[in-house]
Amino acid sequence: MEMGWRWDFTVEILPQMAIATLNTILAAGVGYAIALIVGLFFLLGQRTPSKIVNWINREIVEFIRSTPLLIQLFFVYFVLPQFGITLSAWVCGMITIGLHFGTYLSEVYRGALEGVSKTQWEACRALNFSTIYTYRRIVLPQAFPIAIPGMGNYLVGIFKDTPLLSTIGVAELFHAATAVGGYNYRYLEPYTMVGVIFLTLSIPAAMWVRKLEKDVNKAQGKVKK
Amino acid sequence: MSYFEFLNEHGITLLLGTVTTVKVLVCSMFLYVIISMIFGLMRLSKNYVIQGIATVYIEFFRGTSLLVQLFWAYYVLPFFGISLEAFTAGVVALGLNFGAYGAEIVRAGILAVPKGQWEAAHALNFTPAKRIKRIIIPQIFPIILPPAANLTVELLKATALVALVTVVDLTFEAKQINSITWLSAQCFGTALLIYYIIARFALVPFLRWLEVLAARKVGKERI
Repeated sequence: MEMGWRWDFTVEILPQMAIATLNTILAAGVGYAIALIVGLFFLLGQRTPSKIVNWINREIVEFIRSTPLLIQLFFVYFVLPQFGITLSAWVCGMITIGLHFGTYLSEVYRGALEGVSKTQWEACRALNFSTIYTYRRIVLPQAFPIAIPGMGNYLVGIFKDTPLLSTIGVAELFHAATAVGGYNYRYLEPYTMVGVIFLTLSIPAAMWVRKLEKDVNKAQGKVKK
Repeated sequence: MSYFEFLNEHGITLLLGTVTTVKVLVCSMFLYVIISMIFGLMRLSKNYVIQGIATVYIEFFRGTSLLVQLFWAYYVLPFFGISLEAFTAGVVALGLNFGAYGAEIVRAGILAVPKGQWEAAHALNFTPAKRIKRIIIPQIFPIILPPAANLTVELLKATALVALVTVVDLTFEAKQINSITWLSAQCFGTALLIYYIIARFALVPFLRWLEVLAARKVGKERI
C-alpha cells in the first residue's frame, strides 16, 4: 500500500465529503432547534411552583447530563423498536441530541433569567404589570442577551458531537469518511479531511460566538479585560 | 428473561467493562490535568512562540470533534509508523482533547488571581518560578476546581467513545451483549445506570471534596 498523502484520492472523494458535510450541518441545525425547544420545557419544569415537579425535573436533567450521549443514542435507537416504535436513524439521532443538549440549554436559560436583577421584578410589581407582561417586555429582553453566548457555545458543541450519529448509521460526514475509508482501505485522507472540515467550520463559529459575547458584555456596560 | 436473570448472566461482563472504563477515566484524568497546567501557563507566556504553540494546540483540539481525533489516533497514526494500542490511543486522544479545554480553565484561573498578589510576590523579591509555585498556583485551585469538575464529568461521558476504537469498556460490553441477546433495554439501560452511579456517587462527591480541600487551604472555609 502506498504511504503518504495522495492528492488524487483526496480530490476523488471530495464531492462525496462535501455532500456529507451538508448532512452534518443539517443534523446539527435540526438537533439544535429541537434542543432549544426541549430546553424551554426543562426550564418550565424547573420554575413551576410544585416542589415534586421541580425535583423530578432536576433528577431527569441530572441523569441525562451525567450519562454518555453515545449510549443514549444506542438506547433510543435499539430500545424504542421493542415497544413497537420504529424510527429512522435520523429521527432517533435528532431526538437524542435534542434531549441531551436540551438539558444543557435549560441551564443556560436559567442562568440568563437569574442574571436579570431582582429589582427589575420588584419594579414591575410596583407598576402593577402582569406576570406575562413582565416577562415579555421587561425580563426576557434583558435575559436574552445574557443567554446568547451560552446558546452559541452549545451550537458549536452539537456540531462537534454530530459524528456520534454515524454509530447508528446516520449518513453524516464521519459516516461518509468511514465508508470511503473502508471501501478503499485508506483512512488517512478521509479522516484528515473530516478534521480539516470541522476546523474550518467550527473555529470561525467559535470566534463568532466569542465576538458575540464581547458585544453583549459591552452593550450591557460590563467591561471585560 | 427477567432483569435479575439478565444481571446474573451478564453482570460480571458489564462489571469488567466498568473496571476498564474507570481505568480509562483515571489515566486520561491524570493526562489532561498535567496538559492543562502546562498549556494554560504557556498560553500566558510573554514569549510569542510559546504562546503561539499553545494557542494552535488549544484551537486545534477544541475545533475538531473528539471522535475524529480518536479515530485519527487509532487508524491514521499507523500510516506514520506510530501504532498505538487501542487503550493508549484512547487515553492519549481523551487527554489531549480535554487538556485543551482544561488549559483555558487554568488560564482563566490564573488571570482571576488578584493583581496585588503578583505585586506583593514581586515586592518580596520572589523569583518568577517561586512566585508561580508558592503564591499563584495555590490560589487558583478554588477558582478552577468548579469548572474543572464539570469538565471531568464530561470526560467520564467521553470515555464511552473509546469503545468505538475497540477498547473493551462498559459501552463496548453493552454493545456486545446487545448484539448477542438483543435485550437492548436491559443492557443499555444498565450501562446508563452504571455511568450515572459513577458520576453521581463517586466522581462528583470526590470533586466536591477536592473543592472544599482547596478552599480550606487558602483559608476560605466555605465556598
